[in-house]
Amino acid sequence: MVWGVLQFPGSCDERDAVGACERTGGEARLVWHEARDLEGVDAVVVPGGFSYGDYLRAGAIARFSPAMEAVAKFAAAGGPVLGICNGFQVLCETGLLPGALLRNTDLRFVCRQVDLLAGGLSTPEGGQSCREPAERLSIPAKHGEGRYWAPEAMLDEIEANGQVAFRYAPGHNPNGSARDIAGVTNEEGNVLGLMPHPEHAVDPLTGSTDGLKVFEALAGARA
Amino acid sequence: MSAPAASSSPHRELGLTDSEYELICEKLGREPNGVELAMFSLLWSEHCSYKHSRRLLRRLPTEGARVVMGPGENAGAVDVGGGYAVAFKVESHNHPSAVEPFQGAATGVGGILRDVFALGARPIAILDSLRFGELDSLRSRHLLDGAVRGIGHYGNSIGVATVGGEIYFESPYEHNCLVNAMCVGLAKREEMVRAAAAGVGNAVVLMGASTGRDGIGGASVLASAELGVGDEGKRPTVQIGDPFEESKLLECCLELLAKGLLVSLQDLGAAGLTSSAGEMASAGGVGIDVDVARVPLREADMEPFEIMVSESQERMLAVVEPARVPEVLAVCEKWQTGAAEIGAVTGSGRIRVLRGEEIVGDMPVEALVDGCPLYDLDPAEPAEWIYGNENVLTARVAAAAGRDADPADPASILLALLASPSVASKRWAFEQYDSVVGSRTARRPESADAAVLALPEAGNAIAVSIDGNGRRVACDPYAGTVEAVLECAQNLACAGAEPLGLTNCLNFGNPEKPAPAWQLDRAVSGLADACEALGVPVVGGNVSLYNEGPEGPIYPTPVVGMVGELPDPSRVAPSAFARGGDAIALLGPFEPSLAGSELAKLRGELDTGLPRSDVTAVAAACEAVRSAVRAGKLASAHDVSDGGLACALAECAIGAGLGCRVDLQPLRERGCTPEEALFGEGVGGFVLSGDEDELRALGATPIGKVGGDEIEIAAGDRSLAVSLAEAEIAWRSLKRYAEPRQSN
Repeated sequence: MVWGVLQFPGSCDERDAVGACERTGGEARLVWHEARDLEGVDAVVVPGGFSYGDYLRAGAIARFSPAMEAVAKFAAAGGPVLGICNGFQVLCETGLLPGALLRNTDLRFVCRQVDLLAGGLSTPEGGQSCREPAERLSIPAKHGEGRYWAPEAMLDEIEANGQVAFRYAPGHNPNGSARDIAGVTNEEGNVLGLMPHPEHAVDPLTGSTDGLKVFEALAGARA
Repeated sequence: MSAPAASSSPHRELGLTDSEYELICEKLGREPNGVELAMFSLLWSEHCSYKHSRRLLRRLPTEGARVVMGPGENAGAVDVGGGYAVAFKVESHNHPSAVEPFQGAATGVGGILRDVFALGARPIAILDSLRFGELDSLRSRHLLDGAVRGIGHYGNSIGVATVGGEIYFESPYEHNCLVNAMCVGLAKREEMVRAAAAGVGNAVVLMGASTGRDGIGGASVLASAELGVGDEGKRPTVQIGDPFEESKLLECCLELLAKGLLVSLQDLGAAGLTSSAGEMASAGGVGIDVDVARVPLREADMEPFEIMVSESQERMLAVVEPARVPEVLAVCEKWQTGAAEIGAVTGSGRIRVLRGEEIVGDMPVEALVDGCPLYDLDPAEPAEWIYGNENVLTARVAAAAGRDADPADPASILLALLASPSVASKRWAFEQYDSVVGSRTARRPESADAAVLALPEAGNAIAVSIDGNGRRVACDPYAGTVEAVLECAQNLACAGAEPLGLTNCLNFGNPEKPAPAWQLDRAVSGLADACEALGVPVVGGNVSLYNEGPEGPIYPTPVVGMVGELPDPSRVAPSAFARGGDAIALLGPFEPSLAGSELAKLRGELDTGLPRSDVTAVAAACEAVRSAVRAGKLASAHDVSDGGLACALAECAIGAGLGCRVDLQPLRERGCTPEEALFGEGVGGFVLSGDEDELRALGATPIGKVGGDEIEIAAGDRSLAVSLAEAEIAWRSLKRYAEPRQSN
């Protein structure tokens, strides 16, 4: 299993994401934003940070990068893609995921350990690693523009399609996201984006290890 | 902005005295032209020349076995083993923040980051020490909000974890807030680089942002005079930060250093190109020619003096061998970082400013950088307490414990102290900072007494703390500064860390006045003596003087940042209790007194004088706690600080969601009154929890048990009990004070 982690000017969490991928037992390499070829990676992580300074709007410039064009093709071919925080914003801007991320309701950046309720992520065995609503993951969130938003009809649709991969547990929504949505997938289920940072929940020393389940589930979505 | 005219007495307008101007003429053998005068005025300002503090700073111990780089470099650095060094420094951005808090604080963070990566160290942590007026003032809330947002904006965007800090609210900071930022970086020793220029004929390359008119005379002018009315007009002198530009510059510089492409590297801070070129030449004993026509500009019509003194952010200056220049430019291109060869190292010993072929300035490096006369202070101890005193206890008790609460009731006093913004939880602030990026943060803010960062590369970890209670320093500048150092050492001990080095930022009033001069003199002696006694070298620092408003000087505020090493971060004890049924014990030479305490402040009873602390005994207590933490013998460890033992116990309880039942009889046997035992302050005290026999074996005195849902403290006729829920509401009330309209 070889993971490719995109690196934009302004990325912040790309090295952390590489470390998290490696903890799943895979190999991971950084993919420069100007690369037009993903060089045969098995899965892609679009990491957190402030790509190109997030000028204009979070993720609005990164969507035009050569590497994101390659990621769009990779995703269309069924390749697994994980967007974390800024990566989630980029995937929404690119149109690979439904909805948009707006400024937090209190207009402040927030960094807080939150509980997520997970559902619908498949495992390598094809089963459900995160059964709704029993599986509860403790993962840090940190962002200023993390309020998930979509038109009501689209929210109904993605819920009906089982595209809501993560919700904030009751009382844990840090940003005013619609219907407590923390992460969504595309219709096919191979592209996943979430605001909280699973790559910062892979080591008991720095918090929890619940984030590994997100990487493992994505690894299982390959093929 | 026009060039300083060579008529009348422009040097006075630029802050130089007549005798300093005469000295410049003597050293040049002629009158300086406008460009030279602008450059001299900045490098001879207090901010750049340290002319009122340099003699005092010679008292500080700067040597130690682990010191890799000491004062004089961009930052200090200590060896942490495994071929790695930790670089760190704290610096002020007070006056810019008082004028425009968001950009002032943001560029304060940006500046200290550059100081650290200038050594070749990757920044891994930021800590901040902030001071504002009381939060019932709209101005203070505005400054707090702006500074916290600014710190978050820069640190979060560049991806460096903000892991700790402190905030105090005191009326002497009303007009002159303090924003001190500390950065910690990690470097492979073999990739570190110094700032000294070397190699005649080598190229001088300016990297990063283009140069504009922002911040002309900013830090150096703002930081070298008192703040007064109409300072809004100084806004154009506040620099504007761009963390994205710095993020690219940081990665670019680290890649250049890892590839061995640079001879030396220096950041551009106060006084811009003038100080960086001057200091690089001075440190290397060489000269530098700078051609301003080759500096990339934001505005085409900038004058040479403006280019030389601009404080535009996110710029670095490097010395490069001519043959490596193309490779350097290629790496800059990759990172989309601007780069231009703007000059060369010469053997002339002079800084020459050229515009194309024309020489527009020519000065000996020695005169420019080291020629400023150093001044002795004229200190005089004030005869009495020179700051205000106001009894606000009744109002604070009413706000925290209910309208009808009795200001003499100890439970109500405890709630008022916990709700005091200086004592209360700072979660409102630190949740606005990314504390986890980098995957090193083994202890997040408020979970332990010091921030703990894992260093898997070196196979160990560091703990970092920043402290300095200005009010106590105002009571006794010597004893208060000793306490600041000891407080840091105690915080590190709770994390099991052994101190390696210290950095400091000395924030004081106008040194030309006798009282601030006396405070500075005594504080530096306290710092020197405490560091000497603990064996901790001072590896760097910063001085910020002229922190005065129309109502007088700030509290004298030496801010101390300490870095320590520990073998195993998983062993670090939390500050909060861990298990019901554990014994609670007090360790250390803790002799609490109400002098200078938070309670004395609320009662309007502040006065001069503090008890002297026994540094040797505190060091021994630190050693005992450090060993016990490393051996995993403690369930929790927390030092006693603001608000005294009652507040320390409440913090341990609230953090754990576990109550406690404690009897302070042992302190009363040491001669404390019940009130001193509860709310008295002083260094040397640790609240530990764990197995009672283990605690006794350490020499700690058992005082109670963890459990229940009340904080019950027996202290003779001042015994108290408050519910955990009430205590938590009080302690978590900072948001209510910081954002009164939003939270009612």
